[in-house]
Amino acid sequence: MLFWTTIKLALRSLAANKLRTLLTMLGMIIGVGSVITMLALGHGMQQQVLSNISAMGKNLLAVHPKWTGTNGVINATRENLTVGDARALLRDVPQIRRVTPVLGQREQVTYLNKNTNCEVVGCATTLLVVRNYTIAKGRMFNHFETRLESHVAVLGPETAYDLFGVLNPIGQTINIAGNQFEVIGILKSKGSRGWFNPDNQILIPYTTGMDQIFGRFYLDHIDMQMAGKANVEKVLNECISVLRRRHHLLFGDPSDFHIFSQEQLLQTVSRVTETLTLFLGAVAGISLLVGGIGIMNIMLVTVTERTREIGVRKAIGACNSDILRQFMLEAVLVSVLGGALGAAMGVALSHFIHFQKFVAQVQTSNVVIAMSIAAGIGIFFGYYPAWRAAQLNPIEALRYE
Amino acid sequence: MRPVELMTHTTPEPARLQSRAGAVAAAAGPGLIRTHNVVKRYLVGGTEVRALDGVTLTIHEGELVAITGSSGSGKSTLMNILGCLDSPDSGDYFIAGEDVSKLKSDQLARIRNRRIGFVFQSFNLLPRLSSVENVELPLLYAGRHHAAAKAREALEIVGLGDRLDHEPNQLSGGQRQRVAIARAIVTDPAIILADEPTGNLDSRSGDEILKLFETLHQQGRTILIVTHDPDIAAFCPREINMRDGKVLRDGAPAAGLTAHGGD
Repeated sequence: MLFWTTIKLALRSLAANKLRTLLTMLGMIIGVGSVITMLALGHGMQQQVLSNISAMGKNLLAVHPKWTGTNGVINATRENLTVGDARALLRDVPQIRRVTPVLGQREQVTYLNKNTNCEVVGCATTLLVVRNYTIAKGRMFNHFETRLESHVAVLGPETAYDLFGVLNPIGQTINIAGNQFEVIGILKSKGSRGWFNPDNQILIPYTTGMDQIFGRFYLDHIDMQMAGKANVEKVLNECISVLRRRHHLLFGDPSDFHIFSQEQLLQTVSRVTETLTLFLGAVAGISLLVGGIGIMNIMLVTVTERTREIGVRKAIGACNSDILRQFMLEAVLVSVLGGALGAAMGVALSHFIHFQKFVAQVQTSNVVIAMSIAAGIGIFFGYYPAWRAAQLNPIEALRYE
Repeated sequence: MRPVELMTHTTPEPARLQSRAGAVAAAAGPGLIRTHNVVKRYLVGGTEVRALDGVTLTIHEGELVAITGSSGSGKSTLMNILGCLDSPDSGDYFIAGEDVSKLKSDQLARIRNRRIGFVFQSFNLLPRLSSVENVELPLLYAGRHHAAAKAREALEIVGLGDRLDHEPNQLSGGQRQRVAIARAIVTDPAIILADEPTGNLDSRSGDEILKLFETLHQQGRTILIVTHDPDIAAFCPREINMRDGKVLRDGAPAAGLTAHGGD
């Protein structure tokens, strides 16, 4: 039988039972729609988290001090990272390109009658590159200003707005914990990271910070940038051995610091989010399975209802394969049409969710995969009813009431 | 006008089949339809029942034959076998010289499609399909082209040229049976098998259907009517009377020309 005729006949028998067809399709619509929406949500979440991590800087490593202790007795403090450590890391680990010491705390900051309380961060000029900041206005302080303990400050955009509103802060003098600082630059906004808002901070030279604001010489952390193609494991190990030597740790002693690797975090997070996405998709996939069972159920009913029609078709010359093809086609059409509607619904829903402050990204490959699965389910669950129809004995089928 | 000839070119056969068919036909002797000692057994409650018990008959091209018998006489079983809906347990069955007694189900479907035209008591048209679509269905299963044009032609032969796009539920019983007859003749089959074709019709429509069979018979078609109605049997030149799975009588109708004498 000609292919298009078969399709036409299948479409017509589907159209003859519109409500039943629609209800059968609903299973596929919901199944495919939810799979696509869930995968889009999962993918969006992954992209969001990864871009947050990447925004912290490129090839970032950060050394943090760590409490250590045996049997509850603390034998190391968090006051153990020094500028000397930072210099040693830059000098002794060839893959480390840039280093900045970082120390800071919250301080009261005033400009005329405006008052704000924000994180004041002492750092080197390299922080800009290591932490992936850009200057929106003015400039960053330079090495000479760091060496000279200059009273210069670079403001986060929120801090600048809090103190100056719409006025131009460049060249103005602000007061940080009783010290006069000249504003020389404004950072470009990065958006809040949740646990730390990089837009609400003031950067000053670490030397000025140590000697005149904070009154301490140990660091909160050391941020480093690796060469682009460096082997993270190797660089980490080298950093660890440099620091252990400098901290006079013996073999077997626990390290009194911890090195955070952005690369490893990225890998871990993307593994976790991928698993989560798959899990979401699999849960939604169960509804696809249920939809498939619905198709099988309805097709079995249809075959019974149309036993006589099958008998007539066989009597006038339909082969078993003609009958098989006809009923398979009906099942596949239901599942594919349902899949297409479901895909449209899933994409629409994903876009809707996207506008509700979530991130949902539909991937074309996921749409294609979901629809192929829908077609596959139509074939799988449509086969048995169609096979039953094809095997009917024409004499008995013609006699069926 | 002989529309039959218009359609004869639509059943081309490969040369190989033709030569083989010719050889078998020579062995089987003349006759469009030949059965030899056909037996069909059924198991009913553990006991074997011979629905057909050695049926041998020959039907020539252009004959109009009635198969009669009471229920249980085996006439339905005979019709199923002659219509290639079923295969005999033993014995031979030739259509136009081709042995069809040992074919598999899909091969039988092909024979039904090309060689047999069925007309049923309850019409058995497919609902929701128009007359033309119902009639072109056998051509579609044969994979033929221009099916719609041939279907229209067949509907004109049965006098339904003005009901082409009507669905079965828009037609009267007599008209439905005409559509069914058009569906039976559209493939230009070797034989038309009609099973109680007037059983569901009032006498007037029934007469019209019989007249249509008469016309088709005059055009040279081979027609077999299975019936228990002696009037219909009397209407046919030849009657095969069945009883207990055997041919009881084969010849001119017993009831003679009395029933149709006044016609």
